[in-house]
Formats: sequence, C-alpha cells, structure tokens
Amino acid sequence: MTTRHFFRILITLLAFTFSGHSFAQGTDPKPLFDQLADANFNEAEKLVGEIAATGDTRVVPALNAFAEGDLYFRKSDKAVFAAKSAGEQLELIDPVTGTSAGQVAKGAVTKIRVNNNLRRAIRAALGGLTLMSPDRGARLAAADAILRSPSAEALELVEAALAKETDSTVKARMEEARAVSLLSSDRSIDEKRAAIETIAGLGASGLGVLNSVAGSIDASLKPDLDAAITAIQNEQQLWNMAQNVWYGLSLGSVLLLAAIGLAITFGVMGIINMAHGEMVMLGAYSTFVVQQVIRENAPGLFDWSLAIALPVAFLVTGAVGLVIERGVIRFLYGRPLETLLATWGVSLILQQAIRTLFGPTNQEVGNPSWMSGSFPLGGMTITWNRMWIVVFSLSIFVGLLLLMKRSAFGLQMRAVTQNRRMASSMGIRTPWVDAFTFALGSGIAGIAGVALSQIDNVSPNLGQSYIIDSFMVVVFGGVGNLWGTLVGALSLGVLNKFLEPSVGAVLGKILVLVLIILFIQKRPRGLFALKGRAIEA
Amino acid sequence: MISAFIFRALKGHILATVAVILGAAVLVPASNLLLPADHALHIPTYVMSLMGKYLCYALLALALDLVWGYCGILSLGHGAFFALGGYAMGMYLMRQIGSRGVYGNPDLPDFMIFLNWKELPWFWYGFDMFPFAMLMVLFVPGLLAFVFGWFAFRSRVNGVYLSIITQAMTYALMLAFFRNDMGFGGNNGLTDYKEIVGFSVQAGGTRAVLFALSALMLALCLLIASAIVNSKFGKVLVGVRDAESRVRFLGFRVENIKLFTFVVSAMFAGIAGALFVPQVGIINPGEFAPANSIEVVVWTAVGGRGTLIGPIIGAVLVNAGKSYFTGAFPELWLFALGGLFIAVTLFLPKGIVGTIQSGFSGRKAMKAASSAEKGRGDVTPVAQAAE
Amino acid sequence: MNTIAEIRSKSLLYLEDVSVSFDGFKALNSLSFVVEPGELRAIIGPNGAGKTTMMDIITGKTRPDTGRVLFEDDIDLTKKDEADIAQLGIGRKFQKPTVFESHTVWDNLELALNRPRGVFSTLFYKLSAEDTVRIEEILDTIRLTHRRNELAANLSHGQKQWLEIGMLLAQEPKLLLVDEPVAGMTDAETAETAVLLREIAKSRSVVVVEHDMGFIRELGVKVTCLAEGSVLAEGSIDFVSNDPKVIENYLGR
Repeated sequence: MTTRHFFRILITLLAFTFSGHSFAQGTDPKPLFDQLADANFNEAEKLVGEIAATGDTRVVPALNAFAEGDLYFRKSDKAVFAAKSAGEQLELIDPVTGTSAGQVAKGAVTKIRVNNNLRRAIRAALGGLTLMSPDRGARLAAADAILRSPSAEALELVEAALAKETDSTVKARMEEARAVSLLSSDRSIDEKRAAIETIAGLGASGLGVLNSVAGSIDASLKPDLDAAITAIQNEQQLWNMAQNVWYGLSLGSVLLLAAIGLAITFGVMGIINMAHGEMVMLGAYSTFVVQQVIRENAPGLFDWSLAIALPVAFLVTGAVGLVIERGVIRFLYGRPLETLLATWGVSLILQQAIRTLFGPTNQEVGNPSWMSGSFPLGGMTITWNRMWIVVFSLSIFVGLLLLMKRSAFGLQMRAVTQNRRMASSMGIRTPWVDAFTFALGSGIAGIAGVALSQIDNVSPNLGQSYIIDSFMVVVFGGVGNLWGTLVGALSLGVLNKFLEPSVGAVLGKILVLVLIILFIQKRPRGLFALKGRAIEA
Repeated sequence: MISAFIFRALKGHILATVAVILGAAVLVPASNLLLPADHALHIPTYVMSLMGKYLCYALLALALDLVWGYCGILSLGHGAFFALGGYAMGMYLMRQIGSRGVYGNPDLPDFMIFLNWKELPWFWYGFDMFPFAMLMVLFVPGLLAFVFGWFAFRSRVNGVYLSIITQAMTYALMLAFFRNDMGFGGNNGLTDYKEIVGFSVQAGGTRAVLFALSALMLALCLLIASAIVNSKFGKVLVGVRDAESRVRFLGFRVENIKLFTFVVSAMFAGIAGALFVPQVGIINPGEFAPANSIEVVVWTAVGGRGTLIGPIIGAVLVNAGKSYFTGAFPELWLFALGGLFIAVTLFLPKGIVGTIQSGFSGRKAMKAASSAEKGRGDVTPVAQAAE
Repeated sequence: MNTIAEIRSKSLLYLEDVSVSFDGFKALNSLSFVVEPGELRAIIGPNGAGKTTMMDIITGKTRPDTGRVLFEDDIDLTKKDEADIAQLGIGRKFQKPTVFESHTVWDNLELALNRPRGVFSTLFYKLSAEDTVRIEEILDTIRLTHRRNELAANLSHGQKQWLEIGMLLAQEPKLLLVDEPVAGMTDAETAETAVLLREIAKSRSVVVVEHDMGFIRELGVKVTCLAEGSVLAEGSIDFVSNDPKVIENYLGR
C-alpha cells in the first residue's frame, strides 16, 4: 500500500469522523475560503495555513476536496464551494458547514487550481487540524502524518496541540512530530540539537528527515546530526541482520520441509530415495488440482483450499510411496546404491507422467488471502506466506517427533531400524513397518509440496530443484537424527542468506555446497552422528 | 615388469573388443569418405558424428566402471570430469576462432567482448596451443579428482555419502559455470568453433578423423583399464569393493588405491569430453547437470558393471535407444529410461555382459557373485536390512 | 617380581590404562594387558566386555580416549592407522569370516602376501617362484590345496575361517589377533582349528577371543577374562574358571 493511498483513506476517515462537529475557535474560516477564488498559488498556500489555524475541524472535507482538485468558485459571486458531480451538473457543498448549496451547471463555476506545493501545504494543514481532534486515534494519526511529511508551518500547530495533550502516547508522538518540524524551522540551535536527539530515536523514518536537512543545517549542529545518523544506521544494520536471520530461517524452514521426509526414508530406513523431490512435486500438483476443483465448484471455499489440499496431498503421495516401496524398493533393501538408481528411474517416470498429464509449463497455484500480504515487525517486513511456512514446517517437525517417540508405530519403526531381526522375532511385521515408514516419508514430502506450491513454481521440475539440497541437509545434520535435520536445515538456510548479500545468490549456494563437502570430510557422519561400534557394521 | 603389465591386458574378449573398435575406426570413416552418397553402405556424416558421440559416452562409462564396478565407488559426478575435459577442448577451439568471431577480435572470444572484458583472463593463457590444451584435458579433471579424492578417501567418506557429495560437486560446478563472470561463456557455453589444428571442424574429413580418434582412444583406454584390473592392483581393487576393511587390515593403503583409480578414471572421462566437444560443436554448463552423471551410471549398469566391455555396450545401446526414442516418441523416452533404471536394478543387477558371463561360467560363479553381493553389506545404520 | 619397565621392555604388546567410551558408554575401563613374544593367549568374557573394542584399538580402528598402546616396547600404536599397524606385523581375523569372495583361494593368499603394497608395486607385480612356493605352503597348512582355484565364495564356513587365517599367515605377522575362530564350526573342525592355531603360535604370538570353553581348554593356554571393559581375572583355565567373580559375571552359576 502506498503512503499516498494510505493518506487518502486516513483523511476520508477523519473527514467522516468530524463532519457535524463544530468548533468555535474565533475566526470563521468561510471568508478565508472565499479569498481562494482570487489567490495565486503562494497566496493560496498562506490561506490554507490560515484556514488550518482557525482550528475548525469542519473544514477538513473541504481541504480534502481542495487537494483532490474538487474546490470551485462560483463565477457570479466568487463564493467558494466544494463540489461533487451530480449527473450533468455539479452539486455545490458549503466548505465549512458541509451542507448542500444546490446544483449548478458546470459552466457556472471555475475550478481552483492546485499544484504539488499546495497539496503538501493542504496535507500539513489537515495534519495540524486533526491534532486538535477529540478522538485519540485521529490525533495520533495526525501526528504520524506530520512525522511523515514535516514542515515548518506545522510546528506551531503541533506545539499548540502539545500544550493541550494529556495522553502520554499521543504526546510522545507529537513530541517527535514537533522535533521533525522544528528542524526545518528557524528555531534556535539548542532547540534543534534537542530535536535531533529526539529524531535519532525514530529509526529508519528519522533517517530521511535528518538526511533531508543535512545540507541546510547550521554547521555547529553537523556533529550532532552525523552522530544521530550513525546511530540510526547502526540500528538499521541490526535490523538488517535480523531480517537476514529471518530470511535464513525462512529458507531453512523450506529446506526442512523438503528434507524432513527424506530424513525418515534415508535417515531411518537407509533408503536413498531419489524420487523424493517428485513426491514434493506431486504434493504441489495435488494442491493445484484441489484448487481447480474448488474454483469450479465452490469458489467460497478458496481460503480453505490449502487445508483441504494437505490431507489430499498426504494421501496421494503416501499411496504413491506405498506402491514404490512394495513394487521396487522392498527388493533392494541392503543395497543402498541400487535403491538410488531404481528410485532415480521412478523419479524420471513420475516427472514425465506429470508432464504428459499437465503439460511442461508452470501451473498457477493461488495464495489464499491469509497467505498474502505482510506485516511489519520492528525494522523488518515479514510476509505472511513465509511466516506460515516457518510455522508449518516447525509443526510438522514437532508432529513427526511426537509420532516417532510417542506412538506405537514410532516405536515399531525405531525397533526395526535398530535391529530388524529382533524386531521381527518380537512379532513386529517388519515388511509392514517398512512399507508404512516409506509411505509416511513420502506423505510428508507431499504436504511439504502443498506449502512449497505457495512460494515456488509448480512445474514437473519442482522436485529436481530440492533433491540435492535435501540430501545436503540430511547428510549435514547427521543421518538418523531428526534434530540433526532441523539444525542442519536452519543453519544451512541462515548461512546461505548471510553469504548472499556479499557474494551473490549463486556463489553463496556454491560456497555452501563446498563447505558441506568439506564438512563431510571432517565429520563423515554429520553434525549429530551416532558413535560406537554398531554403526560400523 | 612393464611387459607383464601390458601382456596381462590382452585377454581374449578384450582383444576381440579392441579389434571391433579398431575395425569401426577404419571402416566407418572409409564408408563415409569413399563410398558415394547413394551407396547402400554409405554412412552419412551426421550418423558418423552420432556414432562418434556414442564412443565418447562409452569411454565415459568405462571410466565410471573402473571406479564403480571395480572399486565400489559410485560416483554421481563423473559428468563433471567429462565436462571439464570438454571445456579444456572448447577453450582451445575458441582460441582457434581468432578474428573470425562476430566482433573480429583476434585475442578475445566473442562472449568476453560481449561482457565488456578488456583482456584474456589468466586461466585462458596457453589454450591457443594444442599440446597445452590436451595436457589440460588430462590435468584439470585429474587434479579435481585428486583434490576431491584426497579429502574424501582420507576421511573415509564411503558409500552413499560419497555418492551424494560427488553429486553436490558436479552440481556446484554447474552453478559456477552458469555464471558469466567465471569466464567460460556462462549459460551459452563455448561454441561456433571454426577449426581444430588447422582443419575445419565442419569438414567431413575432420569429422572422420575425430571419429577414428574417438575409437582409438576408447581402444587404448580399454587396454589400459584391462591391464589395471588384471594386475595384482586390480585384485586389490576388487578386494576394496568387496571387503574394504580386510584390505586395510592386510596393510594396504585403501585411500591411495582409491585415489589412483579415481584420478585415472577422471582422466579417461576428461579425454571422452575432449573428443565429444568438437563432434557436437558445443560445450555448455548443462553437461555438469547431476542428471547426466546419473545417466552414465545406468549405461554402465545396463551393460554390466565390473566387466570392461559391459559399459561400452551399455553406453552405445542406451544412447542408440535414446536417439531412436527422442526421434520417434519423444514423450516416451523418459518413461523408457526410468523403466530401464528400475528393470536393470531389479532383474539384471549384473547387466547384459555380466549375466552372459555368469551364464558361461555356470551356476557356481553366479552363486559366488550373488553372495558377494550380499557380503557387500550396508553402509547405513540399517546394517541388517539385507536379511 | 618384575618391575613394570621390565615387563614392558620384554613385551610384544603392551596396553596400559586404556579407556574408551562411546556416547557415555565405557567400552573399555582402564584396561591393562600384556602379550609376550611367542605367547598364545585366550580371552574370554561376556558380550559387551570390550573384547572386540580392545582389538579395534590394537589394530588402529578405534582411538583410545586415554592410555598407552605399545608394540615391541617403543612403537605407539595409537598414532598409527590400520595399514601402518598391519605392516608392522599385527594381523587380525574378524568375528565374521571376511575373505574376498569374488577372488579364488589362491588370489586371496596372493593379495595377503607380505610384499610391497604401494599402488605401483602392485600394478607391476609379477608372481615370483618364491611367492608361489610360499602360497603353496600356506595352502597346505590351512588344508585348502585341493580348492586353490575355486572362488572363496564357494567355500564352507569353516573353510572361509581357515582361509582367513591363511591370509594372516601370508601376512607374516608377529602378532595375530583372532576373533572367535571356531564360531559355527563342527566339532571336528574346531579340534583341527585348535591344532592349527597351536602350530601357528610356535613362530609368533597369538591372541584368541573365544566363547567356546571346550576349545579354550583344548588350547591349554593362559586365559584372560574381561568384563565391563577391564580385566577380571588372568591365569590358567582352571584358575580363571574357578574365580568367583568370573563365575558370577560370565560363566554363570
């Protein structure tokens, strides 16, 4: 949302709030409006200031109309009105009372011209006016408006408002607004110095003010100004760092999503599933199909499409996984390198099948409304889709951890992992556990695909772009250890994002790969390696 | 000593294969150059180039077989050595363009002028000299294999871990070569060659010579590989594949054995790449794609790993199939290739040649191989999975 | 009574205060153990007593956390890797027979022969008359002459055990570590193996890990009983098997 847009909404809102209120502040603004008919731009700017100085909040709609170029004077008597179109004619509205003054032909009135300087003055005036509003929110918004576009003219208004203000939050905001306005006024050096200090506390928005006055400010204030700018920049750097960490965590959570299913099939079962990426891809296509069905049959459910796609994707990919395990992998247990080849073959077939069914191009997967947009957090901006993906991947991780540690199936799975023969003689159906573990890993890849469909292109090649990264995460984190996968994914994500600004995205990725290759030389079994005799078998 | 080494290479079936390859080296170019175009036995130039390409792939598969079939190292990054050899040749061919490029600059290849570079990067020095470039064809892949293997084998990175980091290696190289500022032509790679040692790369005669050279190099590398695997070293190699710790406890330095084999194999792959590039007319970063390297694995598996002739047959068969399918049913090729991967691992683990060989030597040998298979064990924590 | 220094200087293998733990589990707990030249020693102990870990440490597969491992008084084995240690003259037979199954019996022995093991010496190696004689001798010792040209994969379990022992002989070690040589053997094979090991021990030191008490009695040598990573008792088979601690920990009441 642009600031301009925001303003318009704000002003309209304020106008709505105040129409009807009447503040007798002495001077009647009506004659001042009428003088606009003959004024040039400079004079008009002064008049706007004077109108604002009356403190009569009823003029807000008229000033608003002025800024929009909807202020006219009647040719016959040079009386000034706001106007809005009513069919062929214009409806005239009294600028102060807001009451209708009847309809006239368009030719009977002349538009009062407005330029950018004037608009700025109007905006400042509006900001100043509402500073006096009885509504707390409106005063806060007005102070904010001045903060954003400070001007010397607003200074006295702010100070007047400040004297009356009792609410501490609003007062603080007004102090800041006063400080930024003061800098461009002709007040004393000392006052300005104090103002600089206040602005230094404002962060990024203060930086613009400080920079804009840097050229014109008194030389004796230069050191203060520079110090304040440095302070703000340092703070910004900190926020940048935080933003990088966030980007890193966000990338890390994507890696975690992609890798966590692999952590099960590779880590727990020792199966090299090269078709893992295709499971992610199938999950993304399941989302696409679910959304298509919803679009055609129940558009109102669109915001629920992802929630519906999750079980669908899990079942679809889980079933495909089950078929792969029963049809191919079970004949290859204990021959990891051959599993690798066979599953690569499976991945080729799945890719081509999707290409044949849906075509080779990217498919359009929509974001539900709650996945769109962003919100600010301190000095950084967080998009909702990234936010939800972080939350989602962590919940999957926790869910999986609970499944492994707490459920009967998890117990059987771990038993089979540790000692297949013993587990089998204890009555655990090991082939059954194998098949469902693989299906579980595949299903999780599928729901990862649902999430990834929100941030990546959904094409038959989707899986290919994740497979190597996923393997890196699992190998880096340490095979057979879910926590390792978590730490591996997040740290690789953060590392990547910290390298990116200095060396670029591609080189950063290359460096990460090289680092992992070197790391594996140092710790061939990853970050959280199992030690001891058993693993050497 | 040396003579014994060479003599050992000359097994019957190897000799027969070498004879077939050398026969092709003579007959195919002869038919292309000497027979009139409408003759029934005339081989058109494009077919000859295609066959030349297959021979390069065969050499690449042979290289992979040496490390995988005999030493048990499944490299998923052999495409990288192939591509590096190819780039070394490509750089020579680029320098031979001279001032005939679009921009007519005698010192800088077109893409550098396009990128507004002022002078030749240092690593392009010397590539205008053919012998230097040929040395690099061996040296660069060999060096990469040496450095990579030095670290990997010393720290005993094994089995699937090794496979995965070799894949990461070729992937990282692919990303790197895609970058324009690496100085290797970025996305477009190196192409628009004009001539090689003074002969036009387009000319039929040059093509015929390139074909014959591919065949010759394949035959030579086959003999070298045969000499290696039939020496005591070759037996140790198979020992490493089947029972690595036993070899270690017998006092052999397994890391050196692997390193030597890996480097030799990388050089073979480099040669294959270097012969490949002038015949197809381009080298680009796509050659580093991990999928390419995995495809080499399937050629080797189809033909029969652990046999020297298998990978050659596998590479030629699969690629001929690919040429046919991508022409006749482009949609079906990936289905066929994927199915081939699965079918070979499930039903033909020893490949075509391996199966035929065990057919010859009777059931006993088959039993031996299958129990050797079991004995290889698992490298993952799931050690008992085989039972 | 000998001083420690004397014991050490006379020993072939000397372990002092060796400890190693895996993820908190103490596999060896300040183990001390001495083998003299020409000695045949048997080691018994329950599962998890640290028998295999001790062999891993001697042969360089595992590094101890603390303690000293010396070979021939002055060679620190903890600084060497498997290949070094094998070349020094320590041979090891695994619990599970490990031979090269896709090679013939003859090739298995040829590979094990104590000859230069570098890449180029093996590339250009040519079987000499001397080596042929040596291999034939070993074939005879391990009673496999009639199967010399068969693939090792086709041997019976007991024959594989013998082939592995034969490979160790070809290595010409000063010290032979043998892990459960008679596991899975018939009684006749067990008896023959005992004869074989005693024969071998005439010219070198041998350490045998075994569960089969009958076999150990047949060997008739000094016995060391390990439990929970350290030595429980040491002495003749009768002495050890009457030790109350050994009975409680291992033999059972």
